[in-house]
Amino acid sequence: MIGAALSPAPLASIEGAIEFILSPQNSNVTGGKKVGGFDQVVELAVNQIELTLLALALSLLVALPIGLYLGHRGTGELFATVIGNAGRAVPELALIAFMATAIGVGVLNLTIALAVLGVPPILANTFVGIHQVDRASVDAARGIGMTEFEVLRKVEIPLAIPTIFAGIRGATIAIVATATIAPLAGVLTLGDFIINQNVYGDNGVLAGAIVVALLALALEFSLAGLQRLLTSRGLKLSSA
Amino acid sequence: MAVAMLSALALTLGVAACGSSDDDTGTTAGNEGGGAIVSNPDNAKVSLKIGSKNFPEQEILGEVYAQALQAAGYKVKTDLNLGSETVALQTLKSGQISGYPEYASTALTSFFGLEPEDVPADAQGAYEKAKAEFEKEDLTAFPPTPFSSANAVGTLTKTAEKYGLETISDLEGQSEKMTLYGSPECRQRIDCLAGLEKYYGLKFKSFKPVDIGLRYTVLEKGQADLSIVFTTDPQLAAEKDKFVILEDDQEVFPAGNVIFVTKKSVAEKAGPDFEKTIVQVQEGLTLPVMQELDARVELEKQTPKEAAAAYLESAGYTG
Repeated sequence: MIGAALSPAPLASIEGAIEFILSPQNSNVTGGKKVGGFDQVVELAVNQIELTLLALALSLLVALPIGLYLGHRGTGELFATVIGNAGRAVPELALIAFMATAIGVGVLNLTIALAVLGVPPILANTFVGIHQVDRASVDAARGIGMTEFEVLRKVEIPLAIPTIFAGIRGATIAIVATATIAPLAGVLTLGDFIINQNVYGDNGVLAGAIVVALLALALEFSLAGLQRLLTSRGLKLSSA
Repeated sequence: MAVAMLSALALTLGVAACGSSDDDTGTTAGNEGGGAIVSNPDNAKVSLKIGSKNFPEQEILGEVYAQALQAAGYKVKTDLNLGSETVALQTLKSGQISGYPEYASTALTSFFGLEPEDVPADAQGAYEKAKAEFEKEDLTAFPPTPFSSANAVGTLTKTAEKYGLETISDLEGQSEKMTLYGSPECRQRIDCLAGLEKYYGLKFKSFKPVDIGLRYTVLEKGQADLSIVFTTDPQLAAEKDKFVILEDDQEVFPAGNVIFVTKKSVAEKAGPDFEKTIVQVQEGLTLPVMQELDARVELEKQTPKEAAAAYLESAGYTG
């Protein structure tokens, strides 16, 4: 019942949170050892990014091929949308606990659990993006002798890039934000600051939230940059 | 399986009952304790409302005290749904409840600002410290229960046998090969991993944070060699051949014995039977008995009321 004890801590402030991020602070439950500080924040942030990228990679591996195939064939709309909607309602903690009895806790468990969040938006957006490409363009491509694979690669995917990337960006935000629960399943991420108010204090909780938000923004900007690189020049000009 | 477990529970409660009445007849005389609670007609004009926090162990304790006081002749009501210790203390101070059970360690750290490191690991020391603090606020703390609800290092019985582990000190020289799992907060806390490292000088192969709901799963899965559990976990009663806890021989984990807290004014008005009944009825609450009662409620889905009544009856306090 020690865990139930609330340690009296001053309310959080932005200044306090920034101090917590920059240099280690006192805690009243650690027996004198300081907590937080730049080194620890960086260590946990790196863990969080690694876990996010792993889960994102798995999501892409599963969702992209299925979305591209179904979108190109123009079938399975129901499947894609049902997965897209149902996947958003999965209770992550219950899923982690359920998998814990089968494969234990740790990186594998978390990667799968987080990928479950990432698959739906990528799958749904890929399907819709490919499916909604102007039929006239597709017919024209076939008319000049492209194979089905060439149609997909040279016409459909380039035209669907903005929609597909919207899905990937949504998935990434969901995964990086939810990776804060990883300390409940064997991996230390920035969630450690957020979950353990009685160790890190309210400033630690706020600091954790701030850094997670910054990570989400950084990933969002990186993906936006990647999207620009992958968009063909002709499309950029026409939309400008 | 369920039947076997139930009969095991009944057996332990029965044994505990014998133990407590033996102690009573052996060490105390007269009306100081032991045997059935005697109803005193003078108490009928006193109304008491017993509170507790809203999780199973607290609700069981609330019921045990409430039913015992009722047997002693008091008019008793309960409010066993207080959200946290801060809420419970406020409710007590404002007079909405007459008293409630609190863990000595929680009182000292949460109410009186002690660091976990400064909370005594022995029940009497922690009780006296808490009692002195409560008195400053015109509150009275009755003596502690035999059991302590605290963190503990748990492991599989077969692991304990393999490495020859009975106490935490036995881990010396072996912990480097072992993986310890605990709640995320455990890692930095001096009454958890930080204390094991500092006072026992132990180094573990690794510490993994995990949701407390998975503390036995990681042992069963073989992922964890050791796992931080709670002394009063029902699993320890229901599967006593499977899990063991290692004795905290260096006293790192603060004493979580329960002390019943009331207002001075309430205690005076209620008369001597108030404290006497509470001290008497908690004498049988040893660690195995508390584990059994928690198991009855959390695993066997009895109500706290039923579990408390069964305890009072089988220990010979009522019926």
